[in-house]
Amino acid sequence: MTPIIQTENLSFTYPASEERLALPVFENLNLEIEEGSFTAVIGPNGCGKSTLAKHFNAVLLPSGGKVWVAGMDSSDEEKLLEIRREIGMVFQNPDNQIVANVVEEDVAFAPENLGVPSPEIRKRVDDALKTVGMYEYREHAPHLLSGGQKQRIAIAGVLAMQPRCIVLDEPTAMLDPRGREEVVSTITRLNREQGITVVLITHHMREAVGADRVIVMHEGGILTDGSPREVFSQVELLRKAGLDVPQTTDLLYSLRNAGWDLPLDALTVDECAEAIAAALQIEN
Amino acid sequence: MLKDITLGQFFPGKSVIHRLDPRTKLLLLIIYIVALFMAKSWCSYALVLAFLVAVTFLGRIPFKAMTRGLKPMLVFIIFTAVLNLFYTKTGTLLLDWWIFEIWSDGIITAFFMVMRIMMLVCGTFLLTYTTSPIALTDAMERLLNPLKKLHVPVHELAMMMSIALRFIPTLIEETDKIISAQKARGADFETGSLMRRAKALIPILVPLFVSAFRRADELATAMECRCYHGGEGRTRLKVLRYAGRDIYAFIVGALLLAGVIVLRHFGL
Repeated sequence: MTPIIQTENLSFTYPASEERLALPVFENLNLEIEEGSFTAVIGPNGCGKSTLAKHFNAVLLPSGGKVWVAGMDSSDEEKLLEIRREIGMVFQNPDNQIVANVVEEDVAFAPENLGVPSPEIRKRVDDALKTVGMYEYREHAPHLLSGGQKQRIAIAGVLAMQPRCIVLDEPTAMLDPRGREEVVSTITRLNREQGITVVLITHHMREAVGADRVIVMHEGGILTDGSPREVFSQVELLRKAGLDVPQTTDLLYSLRNAGWDLPLDALTVDECAEAIAAALQIEN
Repeated sequence: MLKDITLGQFFPGKSVIHRLDPRTKLLLLIIYIVALFMAKSWCSYALVLAFLVAVTFLGRIPFKAMTRGLKPMLVFIIFTAVLNLFYTKTGTLLLDWWIFEIWSDGIITAFFMVMRIMMLVCGTFLLTYTTSPIALTDAMERLLNPLKKLHVPVHELAMMMSIALRFIPTLIEETDKIISAQKARGADFETGSLMRRAKALIPILVPLFVSAFRRADELATAMECRCYHGGEGRTRLKVLRYAGRDIYAFIVGALLLAGVIVLRHFGL
């Protein structure tokens, strides 16, 4: 399979300002995101994960190296709109990315910018709103909706561009547990049912568990990269980087240290319970 | 306390007035204002008032909503009335007490001025009551379109207006939060001289501005990510189209203006 996003020796340095010196965020980063995959990027604050995300749709341009998006060079200005159409981006604060004061007008914003004919916009807006389950709210004012609903509107607004990939930069950080659940299940469904590539940047380990692949970033580099099971079983490595592990892994790890013979890669609650039950049976 | 700002409040509905093209309504408002300023007799005022009442009725706008819109203007209206009452010195002298003189024409002028201001405000409110802000900015953009040839940034102005309208509730909510946060830290907004109270606003305004700039920055990035690149080549979800009822509306507007001009010509 061809990667939809590929970074090639990517380096990025925030330019020096009056308050601080030039700040290199990452150097020689090589990364590939497969088309159709669900990748979670985790890492402590300030590790460069948001900066990385902004390279995926040419909001930031590399200071060194290249970023290839669906075969296009992100620093090619002529391809800018096409790149941004292919890679949709959802941000942390839902309030600051909703443009219009009617839900359907907001979802229509991107296709309007792309010059899509009106009947086609209508269809895309309706489809996008149905996909995120917000169709009944199409004539509502966004500021009266809950955080989770607003974030789903933001996702619909990106879907209306018909992108191949959606990058979400901590979309659940400002939401309550229910809103978080709504958003995560929506993006999981988009990936599974419509085959849209998803890159989810998060610091909630539980959200990363559902991904196909987890990339752990630390101090501008990739600490580890693999399936959730592979990544989360490296408890010591993650702890050293200042990261939590899912509660299930945490429990299994503690039990193992206490002398129980348990696997570390049981991620869901059910798997974890089964693993413990099996261990108890052997003991008896 | 900030929730009851009526600015640009919209009453959704399906009346004839609601369904008129926003451009028609905007142009009708201009015709109405011109007619109102040309009216100078009982007859012509009655004609304009009849138009206003008819539109209010057709738009099914509750009478209360109209009077509520007038409330913030009360001081201004009283001030105008008093000024006209005492400074018109024609007609017959009705009252002469100490330095105050009231002439018959003064009462009439004051009455007309008050009517004019009230009708002006009500007419404008009728537009915002029956037209969604987004339709209104859309209409403005379309009507001002010819100015693009003169390099007037019409699209940008319309976009700024609709974003401003979109962020009013968000910023009001934020202001309420900041006020509560400052109160919790012992800030006092209700007592003291006017100067002190004005100074007490600084700790509200500074964080509000800082956050507004941060929001603007994030919004700009989000808009760019959704392929915003100015008005060029932009299409719309809802395309404005004139319908039969718009023609009737224009005819009524023309009749109103013609009526006022004719009445004025005959000195009525």
